[in-house]
Amino acid sequence: MKVQDLVDALNLKVISGAQGLDREVDGCYVSDLLSDVMGNADMNNVWVTLQTHKNVMAIASLKELACVIFVKGLMAAEEVIEQSNEEGIPLLSTNMQTYEVVGKLYNILNA
Amino acid sequence: MHLEYTVVEGDFVNAGIASSSVKKTLKQLNVNPAVIKRVVVALYEAEVNAIAHAYGGKVLVDIDPQKICMTVADKGPGIPDIALAMQEGYSTARPEVRDMGFGAGMGLPNMQKNVDRLNVTSEVNKGTTVEMEVYFQ
Repeated sequence: MKVQDLVDALNLKVISGAQGLDREVDGCYVSDLLSDVMGNADMNNVWVTLQTHKNVMAIASLKELACVIFVKGLMAAEEVIEQSNEEGIPLLSTNMQTYEVVGKLYNILNA
Repeated sequence: MHLEYTVVEGDFVNAGIASSSVKKTLKQLNVNPAVIKRVVVALYEAEVNAIAHAYGGKVLVDIDPQKICMTVADKGPGIPDIALAMQEGYSTARPEVRDMGFGAGMGLPNMQKNVDRLNVTSEVNKGTTVEMEVYFQ
């Protein structure tokens, strides 16, 4: 499963980091507490969150996450987008709220 | 190999610079990826703590063939009760820091879980020094 497959399946908006759409996806972590993600997310996880500030990219990069999905149509600041493009870790957005998008992700990733 | 970084109070935008640099260095040295992951989690948390709680500080890193030693020394309010600060869920972070998703009281526990040796020393109104060691084997 690639990030692009999730973009297609869930009709996600690609905000940035499109060169990373071929990154391999392995599992998902859902949290808005950054230390929780830092301590518990795994490499190649999709991260679903409503946090959109620059530390999100720092964590995504340090943890080598596959991509970040912002819920509820949230948009990232320009500096976050820049880092995403530099690192090739896609930032994605959905209008769905967390419960809905994670439910769908669960079915896709466990199919 | 000795590396040094400066941490600036409230500079959340640059949180993770030291961790990211150390990660790249350890990768170049072909350190076991599982070990690198632990180093990165612990150092990131220490960096964020110095940014969120202190008035800035220094990150000193020494790497030898057997281990990495990381010291994060800040000037700041210090920690009156280190045992309490080590408890998962305990935090004194300001509301705006919590709004960013920090301050969940997981920083020091994350450090503890990921390093082989952790030593926290602190003096109230002076500052806190966190020393961490991770062995490569």
